[in-house]
Order: sequence, then C-alpha cells, then structure tokens
Amino acid sequence: MVTALLVALGAAVGAPLRYLVDRAVQSAHRTRLPLGTLTVNVAGSFLLGALVGVPVAPALGALLGTGFCGALTTWSTCGYETLRLARTGARSVALANIVLSVTVGLGAAWLGFALARALAG
Amino acid sequence: MTGAPEPRIDPDVDLGQPDDRSVPPGPTAVLLAVIAAGGVLGALTRAGAQAAAPNAATGFAWATFGVNVLGCLLIGVLMVLVERCRANPLLRPFLGVGVLGGFTSFSAYVLDVHRAAQAGAFGVAGGYLVATVLGALAAVWLGDVTTNALLDRRAAR
Repeated sequence: MVTALLVALGAAVGAPLRYLVDRAVQSAHRTRLPLGTLTVNVAGSFLLGALVGVPVAPALGALLGTGFCGALTTWSTCGYETLRLARTGARSVALANIVLSVTVGLGAAWLGFALARALAG
Repeated sequence: MTGAPEPRIDPDVDLGQPDDRSVPPGPTAVLLAVIAAGGVLGALTRAGAQAAAPNAATGFAWATFGVNVLGCLLIGVLMVLVERCRANPLLRPFLGVGVLGGFTSFSAYVLDVHRAAQAGAFGVAGGYLVATVLGALAAVWLGDVTTNALLDRRAAR
C-alpha cells in the first residue's frame, strides 16, 4: 500500500515532467529526430542506473525508480514516433532514432550505475 | 470547423511538421494534472504487473516486456482513433502522454538488459534487448493498421 503510494507520487511528477521536457527540447531544434523523447529516455535511464548502482532502499526505489523514472521514460511514444518517421519516408531517421535510443539509453544506464557504484564505494 | 488547424497539445505528433513543434500558449495546470493522473494510473498498472510476475536477474523480464509491447499496441490504436474520430482534446494527453507513457517504461527496459548482462546472462540480455525493440515496433504498426482497417470497414458500410 505504501509502495503503491510512493510509485503514484513519483509518476505524478515524472509524467508531466516528460511532457514539459519534450516540448522544450522539440521547440528548440529543427531536425526530424524526436530528441525530446530521446532526452527523457536517456536521462531516466541514467538516473535509474544510478539508483540501482547505489543501491537505494526499496521505498526510494519505488518512488524514484518505478514511479518517477518509469513515468519519465516511455516506450510507447518512442515506438509511435519511429513508426511515424518510417511512414513519412524518413526511414533512415526512424532507424537512427531506435538505434540511438537503445544504445545511448543503455550507455547512460551503465554510466549511472558505474558512477553511483564508484561514489557509494 | 475553422480554417486554422487545432494546436497540438501533446508530444505524440508528427515531428516533421514545424507546427507540431510550437509550444502552446502555456501548458495549463489542467493539462498537466490530466497527464499526471494518467501517468499515475499507468505506472501503478506497470508496477502491479512487475510485482505479479517478478523475474530473476538471469531471466527474461516478461512483465516489463509485456507492458512495453502492449503499451505500444495501444498507442497505435489510440493515435488512429484520435486522428479519425472526434474526441475530447484532453483524451489524448490523458491516455497517450499520461496512461500509456506512464505504463511503458524505457528506463525499466534498459535496466533489465543491464541486470541480465551483469548476471552473466548475455543471451537473455541480447534476446530481451532485440525482442523488445522488434515487439514494440511491430505492435505500434499492428495497432495502427488494424484500427485503420476497422474504421475503413465501418465507414464503407
């Protein structure tokens, strides 16, 4: 019950923050790559990697990991944007989007994990 | 119908269109609250699925995989419905940005890959990595195509 409340609290911040960051990033560039979604996905992956690397207490994991990072990042928008790009003829951009998302996201998680490990000793 | 296109109010839009990148005149508190409420519902459902079907570090994360693929299928359906049917303008931010955005999780996905690789289960890590990408993209496409076909058939009647 408390865990669910913490997840809800984290998600209540993460989801609108994703929207705000996406809008800010998307209005600041002119390429076809959906950099807004990439930004939240990479940032959330870095943070979750760090949380796992420390590692944090279960309550904090529910609040920041499952709730905040989970809601900040998204697969549905990433998938939809990729399909949309492929549909509109930008196949190479669609491919670049999915490859970048996965590789940079994984790299960010690894980096967050390693940094947290090193700092937490 | 007025001549001017309706301003886009969520990020699930055609990013090739310059119009879609314009920031609406200040996101209202209502819009953010609607997205937050949807995000809470989606995240709680995801957490429930993950708690119901936990996996060992060396195992395939079926719960997260299922959540992400299902969320992609549903956004494919939703975006067609929103584009072709008249809907409340807050429905898309609520269901698309909120519920499905909170339900699916990219960070949980990469950390599942990381955890399996750390545990030495490189086959599982690689298989899960590729399966999610292919499953998610196929699901969005399937949701889109199926919904369009159903609406076409209904319109033809």
